[in-house]
Amino acid sequence: MLVNYELFNMSLQNKLIVAALCNGTVIDHIPSEKLFKVVSILNLDVYKNLITIGNNLESTKIPTKGIIKISDRFLEEDETNKISLIAPNANISIIRNFIVAEKRALTLPSEIREIVLCGNPNCITNNQSVTTKFHVLHHDEELMFKCHYCEREVKGDEVKIK
Amino acid sequence: MSNNSLVSISDYSKDEILEILESAADFELNPNRKTLHGKVIATLFFEPSTRTRLSFETAVVRLGGSIIGFSDVTTSSSVKGETLNDTIHMVSCYADAIVMRHPLEGAARFASEISPVPIINAGDGSNQHPSQTLLDLYSIFKTQATLENLNICLVGDLKYGRTVHSLIMAMSHFHPTFHFIAPDELKVPDEYKVFCKRNNIKFKESSELHDNFNDADILYMTRVQKERFQDMMEYERVKNVYTLKNNMLENTKSNMRILHPLPRVTEIDPDVDSNEKAYYFKQAQNGLYVRQAILSKVLVSK
Ligand SMILES: [Zn+2]
Repeated sequence: MLVNYELFNMSLQNKLIVAALCNGTVIDHIPSEKLFKVVSILNLDVYKNLITIGNNLESTKIPTKGIIKISDRFLEEDETNKISLIAPNANISIIRNFIVAEKRALTLPSEIREIVLCGNPNCITNNQSVTTKFHVLHHDEELMFKCHYCEREVKGDEVKIK
Repeated sequence: MSNNSLVSISDYSKDEILEILESAADFELNPNRKTLHGKVIATLFFEPSTRTRLSFETAVVRLGGSIIGFSDVTTSSSVKGETLNDTIHMVSCYADAIVMRHPLEGAARFASEISPVPIINAGDGSNQHPSQTLLDLYSIFKTQATLENLNICLVGDLKYGRTVHSLIMAMSHFHPTFHFIAPDELKVPDEYKVFCKRNNIKFKESSELHDNFNDADILYMTRVQKERFQDMMEYERVKNVYTLKNNMLENTKSNMRILHPLPRVTEIDPDVDSNEKAYYFKQAQNGLYVRQAILSKVLVSK
């Protein structure tokens, strides 16, 4: 009985938070520890319209999750692709007039500019004002990022995000 | 901005590599062709490398071109805080091509993106040094009469040695078999082994030099530098074990040749120098013809 109550409570809690976005974007199922990185790469700290952020919510898929609702902003594909770097299993919904107008599938871009930092201290991008650029490689299932400048490769989950 | 730049060996296809080697052979027969007559080449050495700079500058002079540039970083503007961006913009107003060496990795790639004239990378930190790679290939081609199906034994610092990494990439076009011989501290990084597997290139690894290269066509030696070691005792041990001596060459193949990017420290005993299998001094000379070929390709064939 206890378990059922908790499940009920969880879905209710989550529903309350997701509800009532008229127009905008909902990013759900963000791992809790990645939530503020997502906030940061979308520059939400300077966004002027309503934003609702929930974190450490219970989740059936991951230990705890975060959710972001952004009013009156429809994320572009290059923005949602950035999210795929940090939280590849997040769910993104574009809401128009209270209805889910689009479920955005996350796909990794083949090239990433700016948001990833090179881990090589002797790389030109870490020493002079040069915008970073990485090539996304798939070596036998393993995701790798290769710095366009110093040509070093780094594993997908070890990448440093600005 | 100039797509004729040579930054990394991977910028060249197999055909372009072969084109450079053929052109280098022509320059070896006749080094004084004035293909760069009236051209100004800048040599920007943000870090000193007398050997490489003299080789490039000799190539320019033999081709009838003129040289501007600097090799002394203490008098150049970069130490006074000018960015690479500004230096490249300034120099590209005067020169038809820029040969550059820089201590930061990726410097040449960045320069090639902002420069209206071609950039030739003469070394960017520990990353790339494509003219070295091409002269290694030319030396292999000249001594073996082919690049195909060779046994190539790479010895020494295979972890940090950029010449080795570039050679692995470049030779991958020609079905080699590699034998990596390195002390445990300096083993070839996993990414190059993954690269070999992906490209169906056979390789084996070992840590003993002695009696281990009798099937080699090319024995490519590299410097084992003290700075790479945490443990100085270990360095002393490795230094002694990884010295090639003349008496170790007895059972090697007659066509086998020893290469080394130079300068050497202790990894090849001077008693090897007089052996006909020692090719490293000739290899350095080949650098001139290869650099003539590179300069001509970059500047003449548009
Ligand atoms: Zn880098």
